[in-house]
Amino acid sequence: MAGAEGDDSLYPIAVLIDELRNEDVQLRLNSIKKLSTIALALEVERTRTELLPFLTDTIYDEDEVLLALAEQLGSFTVLVGGPEFVHCLLPPLESLATVEETVVRDKAVESLRKISQEHSPVDLEVHFVPLVKRLASGDWFTSRTSACGLFSVCYPHVSSTVKAEIRQHFRTLCSDDTPMVRRAASSKLGEFAKVLELDYVKSDIIPLFTALASDEQDSVRLLAVESGVSIATLLPQEDLEDLVMPTLRQAAEDKSWRVRYMVADKFSELQKAVGPEITKNDLVPAFQNLLKDCEAEVRTAAANKVKVFCESLPEDSRETIIMTHILPCVKELVSDTNQHVKSALASVIMGLSTILGKDNTVEHLLPLFLVQLKDEYPEVRLNIISNLDCVNEVIGIRQLSQSLLPAIVELAEDAKWRVRLAIIEYMPLLAGQLGVEFFDEKLNSLCMAWLIDHVYAIREAATCNLMKLVEKFGAEWAQNTIVPKVLGMANDSNYLHRMTTLFCINALSEVCGQEITTKHMLPVVLKMSTDQVANVRFNVARCLQKIGPVLDSSALQAEVKPVLEKLATDQDMDVKYFALDAISVITLINGHAVYDSM
Amino acid sequence: MLSPVLCSDLAALEPEYTEADVISTVEFNQTGEFLATGDKGGRVVIFQREPQGEYNVYSTFQSHEPEFDYLKSFEIEEKINKIRWLPPHNPAHFLLSTNDKTVKLWKVSEKDKRAEGYNLRDEEGRLKDLSTITTLQVPVLRPMDLLVEASPRRVFANAHAYHINSISVNSDCETYLSADDLRINLWHLNITDRSFNIVDLKPENMEDLSEVITVAEFHPHHCHLLAFSSSTGTTRLCDMRARALCDQHAKLFEEAVDPSRQSFFSEIVSSVSDVKFSHSGRYLLTRDYLTVKVWDLNMENKPMETYQVHDYLRTKLCSLYESDCIFDKFECAWNGTDSVIMTGAYNNYFRMFDRASLRDVTLEASREVCKRRAVLQPRRVCVGKKRKETDVSVDSLDFRKKILHTAWHPKENIIAIAASNNLYIFQDRLTPNGHHNTPEIQSAM
Repeated sequence: MAGAEGDDSLYPIAVLIDELRNEDVQLRLNSIKKLSTIALALEVERTRTELLPFLTDTIYDEDEVLLALAEQLGSFTVLVGGPEFVHCLLPPLESLATVEETVVRDKAVESLRKISQEHSPVDLEVHFVPLVKRLASGDWFTSRTSACGLFSVCYPHVSSTVKAEIRQHFRTLCSDDTPMVRRAASSKLGEFAKVLELDYVKSDIIPLFTALASDEQDSVRLLAVESGVSIATLLPQEDLEDLVMPTLRQAAEDKSWRVRYMVADKFSELQKAVGPEITKNDLVPAFQNLLKDCEAEVRTAAANKVKVFCESLPEDSRETIIMTHILPCVKELVSDTNQHVKSALASVIMGLSTILGKDNTVEHLLPLFLVQLKDEYPEVRLNIISNLDCVNEVIGIRQLSQSLLPAIVELAEDAKWRVRLAIIEYMPLLAGQLGVEFFDEKLNSLCMAWLIDHVYAIREAATCNLMKLVEKFGAEWAQNTIVPKVLGMANDSNYLHRMTTLFCINALSEVCGQEITTKHMLPVVLKMSTDQVANVRFNVARCLQKIGPVLDSSALQAEVKPVLEKLATDQDMDVKYFALDAISVITLINGHAVYDSM
Repeated sequence: MLSPVLCSDLAALEPEYTEADVISTVEFNQTGEFLATGDKGGRVVIFQREPQGEYNVYSTFQSHEPEFDYLKSFEIEEKINKIRWLPPHNPAHFLLSTNDKTVKLWKVSEKDKRAEGYNLRDEEGRLKDLSTITTLQVPVLRPMDLLVEASPRRVFANAHAYHINSISVNSDCETYLSADDLRINLWHLNITDRSFNIVDLKPENMEDLSEVITVAEFHPHHCHLLAFSSSTGTTRLCDMRARALCDQHAKLFEEAVDPSRQSFFSEIVSSVSDVKFSHSGRYLLTRDYLTVKVWDLNMENKPMETYQVHDYLRTKLCSLYESDCIFDKFECAWNGTDSVIMTGAYNNYFRMFDRASLRDVTLEASREVCKRRAVLQPRRVCVGKKRKETDVSVDSLDFRKKILHTAWHPKENIIAIAASNNLYIFQDRLTPNGHHNTPEIQSAM
């Protein structure tokens, strides 16, 4: 029965191969993901001559199958016989690089880039470069866009004649008829420039960059901005002014807001690439203009960069530049008409205080913070509050507390529950910075009020908030201020509020410790086991299970056990279920001794 | 102008037809090799041009199904409002189709190979005896009969509160717009869960509503320009470079109305039902109820040319209003060189205007008069007494037979005319030696 043994080992592979063609996409996908198992069983020879040709023609499939295939092939070198045969993987990847689905093409290109590293220099010229050329001169834009991402991986390893051809192909694609290909070339220009010799960067790349940056389609121009940043990092300082700055300056003033947006979005990278001198002379005025741009999207992108831009200014003139050039623009943005601009600014403006120091902060920034704290949009106020720690370090929070309080109260009572949720999440942070006294006096009542909010998500966040507060202020504080209030809710007429007591105890028992839990919380929980609402009763069971580990065994034995046993005979199915569940868990943690009798 | 000869008559062959068979849109692809129609039943039919010049059915598929919006409690019709082809990506063809609410991207592709050979089953699909399997078999691809498949690639839904009237693919080939009565949204072709609102005419208070968007189209070359028209007879040109929200137009094309000709119907008949950029990108063609107008993008205050489509209806507006015909939305089209324009009319008539010679012609697309390889004879509508036997009196026009949807091949003199459930494709008459006739107009008006 030697043959039967062979069949047994073949069977799972046979299933996998058959399922490559199954009607169910999920099974096909599954099979493709195990392609390496199939290849291993077929061995290298048959993988090369049968499996790969089949896969090359399988480009009709669903995107997710093709995506998985493209990914698999990137790590298939060993399975076709090692680097010597790696070129066998090119045909299937070539066909995948021409499909219409962008994610599949991108993955095929990624795999091609990966396996290009495994080609010998000779194989690169014999197999890989011809593929790149075929793609680059393909009929469809899909293949030409894919080619754009492949030049930079083969260029460094080929002879100078081939290098010249590659440069020529890239140049052709930069002036392709279709905007899709010009966009692909534009976005890969920086990457390609990195592998070129400096002379060619100057003679080839710069003219291409200039042309793409003044393309008639703004969708092409905007991609040239990022490439421009990469190119700037490659050039010596003395060439920057002549070769890239005119184009970048033009981009910052482009007629299309999308291009200016891109400049604003890439501003920190640009600043790093051109160095301090050009920053002072060119970028500062450009940045001012972007902050004052007529399009809100551009102002938003620029506002987001205010802190990073200021931080990276040359140290010797940083303060002067900020005070005379940037701050006036920032002041205007504080009362911008667009909420997204203000909100972007609010998320970074506090960061300026560390850069400008105490006196400037008090004199110039504080008034702005105060204005933003009173902004009509909650997101702006929230962003200020979430960054309070930066100011705290510089001037202390007391300066702000008078304005802070009304802002917090207003957010805490906002009609939108998501806003209330957001401010709850900042409570522990605020409590830490404002100190326990201020908190008890002003904020404690808010925190308790959230416990009876009509939205469950708020009540849930409020219980979690209490736990964090106790972690900050300690168990003694908890016993004096919040535990009595929480336990008081156990007698509320609304069963949802009674349940909140249980949820709070779940959250607080561990941070409050054994003594408070046993002495104060446990009696209340036990008393609630006779509540007339079943939901409360089964939450008692769950609560007892939760606080079990905090209690000592005598309390468990004497007080918890009888109550759970009684609940286990409850008429309600859910109560019974959770009581039994709790009994089994508590038995486990506390050893058999306690529940031997059960 | 051309002497049209019927080359394909692609009607549903039976004269009986249902409402679902009525063609609701016609569109050539970029090369003119394919022609797509959509109908009220939610179907898309694609025709391919044979080497001999005839168009034959290439693929038919159900693009949209009737739906019901349970939240707002209304039915969403499956009727295809517009079809637009995407520029070619690869050997497959891609088109966008839309009903009132949802835009879909379709891929139409050919398959001519299929895999053969299973390990565990034989060719008939029966399970093999496991003991006979001693080696693994990799499937091989064998040629098969050509199969054309249409598969939905993307569904762009939930972005329109009102009825979508237009879709237009941007020349950047990665975005398109969809317009409804009050808003225009911009989509990325790869992203279905997000669109950007670029024009919003919705007033704070719906009682202040004074105009609705009737049609919108992107410029053929400049990716930042779009034009949209409204029910008040204006066409606006927007520059997307200037702002993210294009509520403020760059140009407004509007002709001052002669106050002496104002009437109750003035605004209704001035509502623009279609707008088309010329292939050159320099001109705009707009259609309102009674005229087609050519506008130069550089001149906003009046059209360069105005052509009367059926001026004889001016005295009939009252009855056209009562029958709702006055709200019919006629489309218009340019020929490949922007020298001739075409638009539909009633009684299965359609009109062509030669811009250089200023001559025009009325032709009829109907089963009775369209005979294979016979040149269409011009028609004449007369207001008063008939002068010739073939003249048709205004009073005998059939207003139920209307040609709303027409399309012109992007390069050649081939036109597609949809008349209810019939699609007529005409091409210019060839002279015996195979050359196209000198364009000439046979009109008697």
